[in-house]
Amino acid sequence: MKKTIITVVGKDTVGIIAKVCTYLAENGINILDISQTIVQEYFNMMMIADVSGTEKQFGTICDELDALGKEIGVMIKCQREEIFDSMHRI
Amino acid sequence: MISQYEVLETNEMIEKENLDVRTITLGISLLDCIDSDLGKLKNNIYNKITTTAEKLVETGQYIEKKYGIPIVNKRVSVTPIAMVGGSACKTSDDFVEIAKTLDEAAHKVGVNFIGGYSALVSKGMTAADELLIRSIPKALASTELVCSSVNVGSTKTGIDMDAVRLVGEMVKETAELTKDNDSLGCAKFVVFCNAPDDNPFMAGAFHGVTEADAIINVGVSGPGVVKTALEKVRGESFEVLCETIKKTAFKVTRVGQLVAKEASEKLNVPFGIIDLSLAPTPAIGDSVADILCEIGLEYAGAPGTTAALALLNDQVKKGGVMASSYVGGLSGAFIPVSEDQGMINAVTAGALTLEKLEAMTCVCSVGLDMIAIPGDTKSTTIAGIIADEMAIGMVNQKTTAVRIIPVIGKDVGDTVEFGGLLGYAPIMPVNKYDCSAFVNRKGRIPAPIHSFKN
Repeated sequence: MKKTIITVVGKDTVGIIAKVCTYLAENGINILDISQTIVQEYFNMMMIADVSGTEKQFGTICDELDALGKEIGVMIKCQREEIFDSMHRI
Repeated sequence: MISQYEVLETNEMIEKENLDVRTITLGISLLDCIDSDLGKLKNNIYNKITTTAEKLVETGQYIEKKYGIPIVNKRVSVTPIAMVGGSACKTSDDFVEIAKTLDEAAHKVGVNFIGGYSALVSKGMTAADELLIRSIPKALASTELVCSSVNVGSTKTGIDMDAVRLVGEMVKETAELTKDNDSLGCAKFVVFCNAPDDNPFMAGAFHGVTEADAIINVGVSGPGVVKTALEKVRGESFEVLCETIKKTAFKVTRVGQLVAKEASEKLNVPFGIIDLSLAPTPAIGDSVADILCEIGLEYAGAPGTTAALALLNDQVKKGGVMASSYVGGLSGAFIPVSEDQGMINAVTAGALTLEKLEAMTCVCSVGLDMIAIPGDTKSTTIAGIIADEMAIGMVNQKTTAVRIIPVIGKDVGDTVEFGGLLGYAPIMPVNKYDCSAFVNRKGRIPAPIHSFKN
């Protein structure tokens, strides 16, 4: 399993989750967990996903999600889980 | 499972507080390149660097993407060239030829800098060492990415004052040769006492002879992260202050550790050390001086600065050593002037002088760094400033360094612009009184006694 954290931040609008999830489904990326909040009209979502099922390079997924984010008007970041683990877990 | 709060905290550090990995430095030994024929030697050097470091930049970019963390610099450090070129180089110009080869190799692999145009002369100079030191002005003026350093002293050997005097002259000459660029050549040269073999930071990085054939050293950064963390504990006790710095340093270093391990695996080169330094950049909010202000000083340089810096430096190390088993290099807080907006402000306001900076270097990493002084400063005065700083390192058993830029044609009141990560600096006044009779004495200062500590 290659756990990846996808964060989406931006102004709330209809269909953000739908679009991100569609992209992930099309690329064989399995979602393990989603949490989402809206603070002062700002959409804030964190997803934990497993990218081991996709054939695409990790860098390509990052770039495509970034492009998708620009399309919807939000910021999408895709990072491997290890950076958070090493920073926040002893 | 990682929580949303933790993810948010990490990403805020990266996006708003300038958290980054300052450098991945690949140390490469050139000892197996040695040949008495200059042409062959240059070929060997070029081939070794371009094959060993071939994938360095690519790997750096891959890791940046994978973890979403910027890796600002990818660099190469090599065995001190005075040793490598000793048998092939008969003149200073021969050494300049090697500098050009290093520059070509660095351009070829796409790194930001290459360090190791160096000589280690803490007790004395060989003929090759002296030729190399004399070639430094020309080497720095005729290359773009080559960085140079000279180690002129150590706690065990004392200070080689002949080398200090020579380096003083060379700094001045480098300034003259690069005067059309605001004497920028001097920004690529540093003189050390107790230079570490595994420092990943420029201009002082070289690959020590005690090191393996190739090694990955990583320098982390993150003054902005410490500053932001301290904003939340204003007015709290020293205990809370120290605890906050330690925790932050831990987190920052862990990122460095992750990147270093990954780079080491990807490049199939052993991991050497993490350098725990807080390295500022001219970007707003990426300043060590701002941390000192946040601790409670109006400006860096105010009374209390040395104490605050000592505290900061120590806590950074305490937090960092738990995050990585292999800590080395310079590890501490850097206090360059031109590369730190808060330091520039302090100098401009008149709060920070050369003398106070010297005191600060007793308790923190490195030394007098990126300081612009009037272009008409005598070479003996520069040697005197270097000798003072070397003495601090020698007696206190720590690394100290001087990277000073006599800006030809400029005087106190002027400002000099170096550009990029090197920033800009107001010209600082230098004590006008003469020290040439001291500096012109021949020989070396003996090593200090290690007992009777006072």
